[in-house]
This record gives sequence, C-alpha cells and structure tokens, in this order.
Amino acid sequence: MARALTRTRSTRTRTRARAARRRTADACLLLVAAAFALPLAWVVLASVDPSAGLRVRVPHALTLGNFRAILTPDITYTPLLNSLILCGGATALTVGCAALAAYPLSRFRSRLNRPFLLTILFATSLPITAIMVPVYALFVRVNLIDTLQGTILFFAATQLPFAIWLMKNFMDGVPKELEEAAWTDGASPVQSLLRVVLPLMGPGLAVVTVFSFVMMWGNFFVPFMLLLTPDKMPASVSVNDFFGNRGMVAYGQLAAFSVVYSTPVILLYVLVSRRLGSGFALGGAVKG
Amino acid sequence: MRRRGAAPGLLRALPLAPAVVLLLLFLAGPIAYCVLIAFTDLQLTGQAHSSFVGFANFRRAFADPAFLNAVWLTLVFTVLSSIVGQNTLGLALAALMKRASRPVRAVAGAVVVTAWVLPEVVAGFLLYAFFRREGTLDAVLGWLRLPRQNWLYTLPILAVSFANVWRGTAFSMLVYSAALDEIPAEISEAAEVDGAGGLRRLWHITLPMIRRSIGTNLMLNTLQTLSVFGLIWVMTRGGPGDRSQTLPLLMYEQAFQNSMIGYGTAVALLLLLVGALFSAVYLRLLRTEV
Repeated sequence: MARALTRTRSTRTRTRARAARRRTADACLLLVAAAFALPLAWVVLASVDPSAGLRVRVPHALTLGNFRAILTPDITYTPLLNSLILCGGATALTVGCAALAAYPLSRFRSRLNRPFLLTILFATSLPITAIMVPVYALFVRVNLIDTLQGTILFFAATQLPFAIWLMKNFMDGVPKELEEAAWTDGASPVQSLLRVVLPLMGPGLAVVTVFSFVMMWGNFFVPFMLLLTPDKMPASVSVNDFFGNRGMVAYGQLAAFSVVYSTPVILLYVLVSRRLGSGFALGGAVKG
Repeated sequence: MRRRGAAPGLLRALPLAPAVVLLLLFLAGPIAYCVLIAFTDLQLTGQAHSSFVGFANFRRAFADPAFLNAVWLTLVFTVLSSIVGQNTLGLALAALMKRASRPVRAVAGAVVVTAWVLPEVVAGFLLYAFFRREGTLDAVLGWLRLPRQNWLYTLPILAVSFANVWRGTAFSMLVYSAALDEIPAEISEAAEVDGAGGLRRLWHITLPMIRRSIGTNLMLNTLQTLSVFGLIWVMTRGGPGDRSQTLPLLMYEQAFQNSMIGYGTAVALLLLLVGALFSAVYLRLLRTEV
C-alpha cells in the first residue's frame, strides 16, 4: 500500500517534471523561431509598406503599389519566364536521365554497379562552385556561352548525381515481382519501366522532380556565370538589378519581387512535404 | 525462372548512356579541364595562346596574401557557420522539438524550413537588410540598449556566417529529427529512471547512438558551406576590402575581374581538392550502405 503510494507520487512528480520541461522547450523554441522569423517578417511587411526601409516595422498604411510597380514584363514576367524555361527544361532532363539510369542500377546485377554508385555519390558532394571558372572557359570555346540550352545542360548535369542516387533508392522500393509478371506478359524492359515501375514510385518521382526544380530555381551562380544578355537572365540573377542599376534601392519593390519570386518554391515544398513528411528531400542520402 | 527477352549486358546498360554522357561532358570534362588550365597562364583578353607554366599558379597562390586571407576566412566561415552553428543549433532544435508541444513544434519547424527553402539571393537580401546599419538587428540592439554597429562593416565574416546558419540550419534539424526518432524510447526512459541527468544522457546515450548521422551531417554541411557564393556576394561582395572574401569569391575575382583564368582555376582546383577530400571521408562514413 505504502509502496504503491510512493510509486504514484513519483509518477506524478515525473509527469509534472515533464510538463515543466515541455514549457521550457516551448519557450526556447519560440525564442529561436522569433529570431529566425525577423528577416522573414521584414520581407513580408516591407512588400506592402509604401515607405519601406531596411527595418522590420508594421507599415503605417498598406499598399499594393510595390507589387504593381514590379509586375511588368521587364522586371518580373521575363525573368520568371526565363527561370521557368531554365529550371523546367533542366528538371525534365534530369528526371528523364535519372529515371533511365536508375533502372539498370536498381534491377540488374552487375560488377559495375557499386563503383558507378560510389562515383555518383562522390560527385553529389563535390563543390560545383569550384568548377564554374573552367565551365565558363569551356562554354566560350564550344559556343555555348549565353545560351539557354547550354545552361540547361549544365544545370541538369549538376543535379544528376543526386537525382540518380535518390531515384535508385526509391526504385529499389518497388518489388521486382510485379515487374516480372509484366515481363512474362511480354512487356519489354522499357514498357515495364514506364508502365509498372515509374507509376508505382510516384511519390519518389515527385520528390526528385520538386527537389531538382527548387535547387535550380534558387541557384544564382550558374546563370550568373553562363548567361550574359539581360533578357535571358532568370529571376535569381535579375533580382540583383534592384541594387546598383536602378539607382536608389526601392526596398518595398525589392521585397515585393522577393515575395513573388519565392512563392512558387515554397508552395512546391509545402505540397510535397505535406504528402511525404518533412524530411522529404533527404531521402536515402543521409541515412545513418 | 528464365526471363523472356533478357537483354545482354551492353543493352542493359544502355539506359545509363544519356546520364553518363551528360556527366562526362559537363561535369567530368570541366573538372579535367580545370586540372589542365590550372597549370597554364590562360587569360581572358588579348592572348592568342596560353602556355604551360607548371606549378607557378600554385606557388603564386601560396605566396599571395589575398589567397592566404581567403583560406583563413573560408576556414572561419566553415567552422563557425557549419560545424558550430548549423550543426549544434540543428541538434538543439531537433531535441527541443521532441519535447515541445505540437503547435510550437509546427510553428518553429515552418519558420526554420522556410529560411532554408528561400532562393539563395532572396536569403542574401533578407540578411543584408537584417545586418545593415539602420536594419533590424540594429533596432533590436538599440531597443535592448546594447552597443549598436554596422555589422557588415565591422564584422562582415561574422555577419555572413550568421546568415549561413540562418539559411542552413533546417537541413541539420531535419537530419537530427530523423535520427532522434530512431532512438528507442525505452533506452532514454530507462536512463532517466536510473537518475541520469539531461547532459549525461546526451553524452552517453544520445550522441553515441546518432554518431553516424552526426558524421554525414557534418560532412554535407561543410561541403555545402565551402561552396557558398551567392549569399556572400549579395551581402558584402566579399568586402569591405577583402574581409569576407572566401575562396569562391577570390576565385571569381581573380578569374573575371582580373582576367586571370589560369590563376583563378588554380584556386578553384584547391577548393575542389578540399571538397574531394571531404567527399571521400563522407563515402567512408556511408561505406556499409551501398
């Protein structure tokens, strides 16, 4: 009896301790979140502030003037369209090549699989920034400089290692038996890849697609180096024009443009992570 | 069971071809070219032929105070922002998330991940506005009656390091959240009942159990941080002077603003070598998985 009593008491103290710990954790997290949110709050508030400055503050009046000022072909539509062409093209190329490449790696046994995968994994972590100078020199030589197709090809190549790696891991999750059934029905490997394997790994395919697209949408250095003509520039580079070229920096417009330019990738991320859990981009890459 | 239409080895490898061609042409090719021109005196303008100069570019780099400065700043930037900042804060956030109440967890997670998903240049602007004189940090410090200063001028490398922490912590947080979820609850509960305090549990149970996640996370963070260009470029252009000029920015300046492609590439090659070294360690850490 006495023993049972002590036990309930100790459980109670432990629950109380746990509640206290939860409150502490909540407080700490909210503090960090507030610090992280300050720069984000600036961009949102400044975009609707008629007299925006560098500091976070609640606008005295709300305006859509900043958005109206930037939603012109010159400032917004052309760069966003360029971004869409670049990233869309490169993503399609990446996903197509990665799906094809992952198939033999996942389905057939070969002595070359392991060295190939190790090379791919090694390549995923090379600093691409470092090779931009030789890539520039190379592109000048073969006349690919300042072309969208050249930039698309290079973009695709930089995303490919990680895409192949992810794709192969997702493909391994599709049971081979289903495919063998298709084979006995007379399907060729290409047919079984298109009709059986890829449809079954829909979420994985979505992850690879969204991840590639988001990475390239935000990439600054590659188009900054490989494109020269202003009307070919994607939004990641053209946003720079708000500084310098246009004289005084219109912070409200800069913020409005940042909001417009960032919204698609945030929406894409939310869409995919809703379906697949927050660690979606990590896939098999950092299991450990 | 014999499969119908089983393709011979070469035909089976055919789907690899497009990817391999792209990788060879646009990744392996430039890397090989990088090695080649790092040993020449290639320049951008007014030069018909470049000639082989051996290790001159590398000797020049190691004697160049600008290079040594960039190496030092890269080291400071990487250690501060990736190893200390992103890694520790990411682990702390993941641990707090496990204990916090559900709505707080959702809010904090969303804010931190948004900072990660934003395009690089936008992140650069936001933090430029945050650290500038008259910016938000300035206002907060003034409100707290702490000494105010123009961070981008007085401590530019610290400002860009914080910026990188802001931007990159989400990745570590996600990695560590996944790792912590895999620790069986019984183990830490048993330790708790045995009276082990929070710090001892962290040191003797949690950290050893997630050590492989720590390894891979550190490796990926470091590699990511080594090649940061846009964030620093937008915030400081490597300045004032060269006080936030890390290796990628030095490489860009030498190759393009000074037209010394050969020298710039030598710098790039050194960066690539450091990256390759880290990559190799990363592979060792994952070796049981492939």
